[in-house]
Amino acid sequence: MKTSVTIAGVEFKNPVMTASGTFGSGMEYGEFVDLNRLGAVVTKGVANVPWAGNPTPRVAEVYGGMLNAIGLQNPGVDVFIQRDLGFLEQFDTRVIVNVCGRTVEDYLEVVERLADTRVDMLEINVSCPNVKEGAIAFGQKADALYGITSRIKKAARQPVIMKLSPNVTDITEMARAAEAAGADAISLINTLTGMKIDIERRKFVLANKTGGLSGPAIKPVAVRMVWQCANAVKIPIIGMGGIASAEDAIEFLMAGATAVAVGAMNFVNPYATMEVAQGIENFLAGHGIEDIHEIIGCVNR
Amino acid sequence: MAGKRKERARVASQRLLAPGIYDMRIATDLAKDAGCGQFVALYPKDKSTLLPRPISICEADRQAGELRLVYRVAGKGTAEFSHLQAGDSVDLLGVLGNGFPAGRAQRSMTAALLGGGIGVPPLLELAKELDCDRRIVVGYRDSQCFLREDFEAQAPGHVYIATEDGSVGTKGNVMDALRENGIAPDILFACGPLPMLRAVKQYAIEQGILAYLSLEERMACGVGACLGCVCQTAGVDPHSHVHNARVCTDGPVFEAREVEI
Repeated sequence: MKTSVTIAGVEFKNPVMTASGTFGSGMEYGEFVDLNRLGAVVTKGVANVPWAGNPTPRVAEVYGGMLNAIGLQNPGVDVFIQRDLGFLEQFDTRVIVNVCGRTVEDYLEVVERLADTRVDMLEINVSCPNVKEGAIAFGQKADALYGITSRIKKAARQPVIMKLSPNVTDITEMARAAEAAGADAISLINTLTGMKIDIERRKFVLANKTGGLSGPAIKPVAVRMVWQCANAVKIPIIGMGGIASAEDAIEFLMAGATAVAVGAMNFVNPYATMEVAQGIENFLAGHGIEDIHEIIGCVNR
Repeated sequence: MAGKRKERARVASQRLLAPGIYDMRIATDLAKDAGCGQFVALYPKDKSTLLPRPISICEADRQAGELRLVYRVAGKGTAEFSHLQAGDSVDLLGVLGNGFPAGRAQRSMTAALLGGGIGVPPLLELAKELDCDRRIVVGYRDSQCFLREDFEAQAPGHVYIATEDGSVGTKGNVMDALRENGIAPDILFACGPLPMLRAVKQYAIEQGILAYLSLEERMACGVGACLGCVCQTAGVDPHSHVHNARVCTDGPVFEAREVEI
């Protein structure tokens, strides 16, 4: 049975990845999960310099999901290369680094610093809703997305994935802009901007007032958007948004995603990534499917 | 010490200690790895509530393999836990966090253990693990002084109560009770609401003594990955490389001078 998939010439042993920001660089969950079992570890967003992130409370639970407004706290690319990449080198898994910045130059600096590392792919964060500058500012207008994508593509040594925001009128416009600018793949969806109010205190629950909604509550929206993009562009798609089980992951694959990522559910079940990978194998075996490509995008054929 | 893990355990017993305050014992091998000031995270069965609830360890019986958790019903998740009965299953993640460094209290010292409200329970395991003279100062809203007898058993004659309504002991907070009873500790351990911890920190700085504070923050993962539960640090944190430490993994216990509260 073949579970491996290829995106931009990079082969993944299986289609299961971690969604950026929910898995650190794998150190913390390495206590629960055999990282060798994963198709790829997608790291938390890394900027050119350390970012302190937002004030607390940064997280809130909502029905069937959670809101977060971490604000891309990260130790900066230098520490990341030395410590986090050093750690990940021990494992037989692909490494995708999520890159964030306030300006295009910030992104380019990180991309250039990563050029000579063993990193397999770059995922460009143009969709975090929790920072005032950068990130989503580049991901909500097609021309801005086209601009940053083409500049990053010129500088990048590794294949480039553009991570798209669902907080747009038409996500296929963004997918097409990324493709036209030369992106090798797209990943979606990042979180949906949300809000929670404490009715006893009459105050916002999150210090940032708004936060990104993730978890099972967003899965149907994510599956729909993956399906839309799969019918709009030819580049591969990494699908994510509320995946809690192999069955969820298979929906994304059938909608047209070549790979999938487990995000908020890592917080709920630290073994979720491994269980999804195993569950996909079981599904394929149980249905007599020889190659995972038989189900990728099958609803579109 | 074994690694962190998520497991299904059995509730050994549960009873109401005071209005809204429950005392649950869970049969689990995690108890063997547990130390004072650490916590576990319990999962509600209701799938609309996804995240595990961090709850401090009140006592860890390593021989019997039993954790005692004393918690307050604060929302949907803890309300669900309060209905668990002996024999019911419960999923939990543990053992989490860096607890109280009991070893920092030398045998010749007098340690003050300060607890306020639902910050009181973790001091019980600490009291058991300390090998020095202990003064236990615990603050409550009213006369519902849960765990008082347990503390008396640990430190007979050295348990001091403060109540907001003055119904028992000193009227006021734990700092008022500390002063009123003329306690002059060499080291402090504290768990309670933020205003209390700020007062403890200020006192420790004035007295030039060490104070270990157990902090609380909204958590998601509980294992240091999501960076949801940070607290501000005085210096650049060696993990984050910014002035932020993770309450769940770098804490929840910090030396008072390390954190900006």
